[in-house]
Amino acid sequence: MTHNLVTIRGLGVAFNGVPALRGIDLDVGKGEAVGLVGESGSGKSVTWLAALGLLPATAKVSGSVTLGHEELLGAPPARLDAVRGGRIAMIFQDPVSALNPVHRIGKQIEEALRLHRGITGAAARAEAIRLLEQVGIPDPRRRIDIFPHEMSGGQNQRVVIAMALAGQPELLVADEPTTALDATIQAQILDLLRRLRAETGMALVLISHDLGVVADMCDRVGVTYAGRIVEQAPADRLFAAPAHPYTAGLLAALPELDGPRRRLAAIPGFVPEPWAMPPGCAFAPRCPIASALCDAGPPPRASIGDGHEVACLQPSTPGVFAAASTPMTVRA
Amino acid sequence: MFRFLAIRFGRAALTIVLVVTFAFIVLRLSGDPAVAIMSPEAPPEALAAFRRAWGLDQPIWVQYFRYFGAIAQGELGQSMRDGRPAIVLVLERIPATLMLTIPAFILKVGLGVPAGIQAALHRNSFTDRAVMTMAVAGFTVPSFVLGLILVLVFAVQLGWLPSGGQESWRSAILPVITMGLGGAGVLARFTRSAMLEVLGQPFIRTASAKGVPWPQVVRGHALPNAAIPTVTIVGFMVGSLIAGAVVVESVFSWPGVGRLLVVAVGNRDLAVVQCILLLVACTMVAANLTVDLLYGVLDPRMRARKS
Repeated sequence: MTHNLVTIRGLGVAFNGVPALRGIDLDVGKGEAVGLVGESGSGKSVTWLAALGLLPATAKVSGSVTLGHEELLGAPPARLDAVRGGRIAMIFQDPVSALNPVHRIGKQIEEALRLHRGITGAAARAEAIRLLEQVGIPDPRRRIDIFPHEMSGGQNQRVVIAMALAGQPELLVADEPTTALDATIQAQILDLLRRLRAETGMALVLISHDLGVVADMCDRVGVTYAGRIVEQAPADRLFAAPAHPYTAGLLAALPELDGPRRRLAAIPGFVPEPWAMPPGCAFAPRCPIASALCDAGPPPRASIGDGHEVACLQPSTPGVFAAASTPMTVRA
Repeated sequence: MFRFLAIRFGRAALTIVLVVTFAFIVLRLSGDPAVAIMSPEAPPEALAAFRRAWGLDQPIWVQYFRYFGAIAQGELGQSMRDGRPAIVLVLERIPATLMLTIPAFILKVGLGVPAGIQAALHRNSFTDRAVMTMAVAGFTVPSFVLGLILVLVFAVQLGWLPSGGQESWRSAILPVITMGLGGAGVLARFTRSAMLEVLGQPFIRTASAKGVPWPQVVRGHALPNAAIPTVTIVGFMVGSLIAGAVVVESVFSWPGVGRLLVVAVGNRDLAVVQCILLLVACTMVAANLTVDLLYGVLDPRMRARKS
């Protein structure tokens, strides 16, 4: 892709010498919606916290993250402050604690307007009201002066999104934006994100452990496992024909609404601890089709056509995982 | 809001009554003022006359109700030692005490709060460790020990400053430093932990993620939140402006309320002791009330709970 907005190459992060990311490669195109799925601790959030320089100073970050032609890793603080919220905005899981409890919501939105668009005073207030309206806060003229604790979680998340939109970013990174919310509110927030993307043309990175949400929202999906992206493909292709045994395992662990009732196939074993990584493929100890070769070294990510890349020596056809756990697959 | 204030004032009044009652009972059970003031060798008739004159021959509950009746009329009693009104004795000592406690308070806040903030911002750095070591030293060394060390060094050895008394403003320097350092240590530790708590909150990361430069994150987002718990300790220090100098005034023979209290307790000069305790209780309660009201100003969540 020649028109990448963000290019991440070999991104590594270690906390106190323990690696959390072990070489993430990821591209986000202009206006593209990219999903990142994986278990907690697999590195999906850390990737973007590292890219934006939001990790504590104790984290050791290596590799490269470029925005257009600008390298973000090691960029001076003033540059990062201009990028954060201005070109790349990031929103987080728990909207209630994501807003400052002692400031009115309008003030928090106006702060972003002042920083990135130089709008202050009455103009900033008017624009903040417009943003609140855009994210679907009812009666924004009155609501602009309330405090975060006076709103529900879903409304807080709308305010957080309004704040992220204030800088007119080219990319919104949404880190589990609906995990802390009720199911009905989740759907509303996802609808909102979809509509805002259509209205503004911004790119979206949706970090989630919910495969359904990602399938629904994203053009392309990356699957993270133990600090690497093990498979990446257009969304429909990934879900129809997962090539990595881990992806296949994740999909087999999902209940099907319209299929026959069956026992869900859990992936046996656990994610390896970061300080005890297997020498080769991190998934090998849990993989039903692993061979001795898999322990030789981390498998490189290779294209298997149609924008589908997988880091596996034996990219498989769907069903491999379910077949391997036949004893657990019981027809009701 | 009115209900909240009414409850607060009611509780404050009750606290004062309890303090005064407790002091009244303990003082009367712990020694005979007649013996303490006149001398154990005084003739029994003289002692009896003294007790009769001050109403000490009455049952304790009669004394108690008389005492409260007098307070209700604004009458705080006379010193048993020189017959002057207790309130006058206490009031004439207050300026001297405030001369120590107000500068000490400024020192505590001016030194403790910035030191705590710096320590939190540079957690686990040399600054942090240095500040915390000083802070622990500051509040674990008792003030009379610190006071004596300062006297030894700056008065006895170097001869720069007077070791006691109240000749000039220079006499106030050592006692102010003695009180200020201990309080600054307490406040530094408290401010540091309040700041660390706030800096770990998700909204700090949100502020950084929207491009707020770090100094503004600290000033605009972290400090207003860290101020909420810190105000409690500062309020407590305001409350002890009147009576916080008992030990230091004794070490530096400073003629303030604290010294008066020590002497009056030794003499069982009941009216004076009670008058001081009443004053202390009132300032403490007033400081606490102010803190409660300040919470409402600083924390919108508290405002919501009150109204």
